[in-house]
Amino acid sequence: MNLTLRIWRQKSKGASGQFASYPISDVSPDSSFLEMLDLLNEELMNKGEEPIAFDHDCREGICGMCSMVINGVAHGQDREPVKQVTVCQLHMRRFKDGETITIEPWRAQAFPVLRDLIVDRTSFDHIIQAGGFISVGTGSAPDANSLPIPKSKADYSMDAAACIGCGACVAACPNASAMLFTSAKIAHLNALPQGQTERYQRVVNMVTVMDHEMFGNCTNIGECAAVCPKEISLDFIANLNRDMMVASFQGVTPTVSLNGANK
Amino acid sequence: MVGALTLYRSTIGRKIIMALTGLVGVGFTVGHMYGNLKAFSFIGGPEYFNEYAEGLRELGAPIFGHGHLLWIVRLVLLACIVLHVWAAVTLYQDSSQARNVRYAQQKTLQATLASLYMRVGGLLLFIFIIYHMAHLTWGIPGIHPNFTYGEAYNNLVYGLSSYFYLPAIFYLIAMVALGFHIYHGAWSVFQTLGLNNRTYTQPLRALSLTLAIVIAGGFAMIPLAVIFGILQPA
Repeated sequence: MNLTLRIWRQKSKGASGQFASYPISDVSPDSSFLEMLDLLNEELMNKGEEPIAFDHDCREGICGMCSMVINGVAHGQDREPVKQVTVCQLHMRRFKDGETITIEPWRAQAFPVLRDLIVDRTSFDHIIQAGGFISVGTGSAPDANSLPIPKSKADYSMDAAACIGCGACVAACPNASAMLFTSAKIAHLNALPQGQTERYQRVVNMVTVMDHEMFGNCTNIGECAAVCPKEISLDFIANLNRDMMVASFQGVTPTVSLNGANK
Repeated sequence: MVGALTLYRSTIGRKIIMALTGLVGVGFTVGHMYGNLKAFSFIGGPEYFNEYAEGLRELGAPIFGHGHLLWIVRLVLLACIVLHVWAAVTLYQDSSQARNVRYAQQKTLQATLASLYMRVGGLLLFIFIIYHMAHLTWGIPGIHPNFTYGEAYNNLVYGLSSYFYLPAIFYLIAMVALGFHIYHGAWSVFQTLGLNNRTYTQPLRALSLTLAIVIAGGFAMIPLAVIFGILQPA
């Protein structure tokens, strides 16, 4: 396959970037999108040019590092007929020979571009730090099944916990909102008995940090769930809204320090 | 309870304010649309319509005095519009800041037009509401050709058919915007208030679609009837 790649190049955080075009030939239709980029980088290095910086790690769809918007869709999700696609799981056979492919990093104020296609997702860490934990007495491991949890609750919690924090939801959202991510991180703890102690404090703290990190707000468009490689559903956002309302009526105020989270 | 008063600080709280005030708006439009239908002779007709318009001032009698409940309703609606618009504007500002660099190419996978054009449609509806009051409530000369206080039916028909039916056409455009706004908005109320889940989402979508068609369609019948000469001056 012969392709033209239009890739965002940016030297460093805060620097101005621009698109650069790279022709690439003899791409195997069976290669993954990341392997295709490896091929391009090899060519660039042989020519003595700066290779394209992009995040990648597991290459089996579970690490959530590949922060690329391909032809206007996060992870190029629309190209594969199956759901749950990250860039490593996207194959070149889904593209037409001679096609021009535009590759951009996630675009959000909260995700500054560090270099080329690499973005800084520390803002997600700040949200998790604000409430993504439970307080339990440590010591020896508890006996299995000492705490009965209905199967439906466990499944619900697992569905939320599938979130890999890739940021595709923010990237795809027309408002750059982190509601899907935050709601999943809240729901997987709030659904379980272990998460009840801090339930409402968790919601208030995590939402406070989410707002502070300058994410946008949810307008219920649903693009986040459509690109989510782990199929996190909008249900969790409804749940977050409900917990937030209850927390407000209970008069729960944020106890989280915003110093570390400041941009 | 005091905690609820701090809702406005968070984005979710402002969305809850948006949802609750929007819900009041949906309730109001249902009632307003139903009242409008009295202009048709098979339901009421000119006299009945005028009587209804005047009768609104006696709403809540004998508990409420002449015009009292009407003014309470007006003030509540005004407060809802102010809060709804305030929430929309501040949330829009946050969101446009959040996406500070735009994509060179962006494609949506499943978003409805209604959801993507919520803000544009809302702005159009805001302009429409001001125009609509200047046109048929206050009857400002120049906007309405010959407004006579108390002649609600004739004011309606003359007002819509004046200026080459342009007001009627603007009303129709605004009703399309209203239908889209309600289609996404009514479902969003349930989502934002946390009353939605995967079992209810399809029935709730259907309910929103029904509300959108009934409300916008019911309103649109009036300007359409004026354009096609079904409603004639009495």
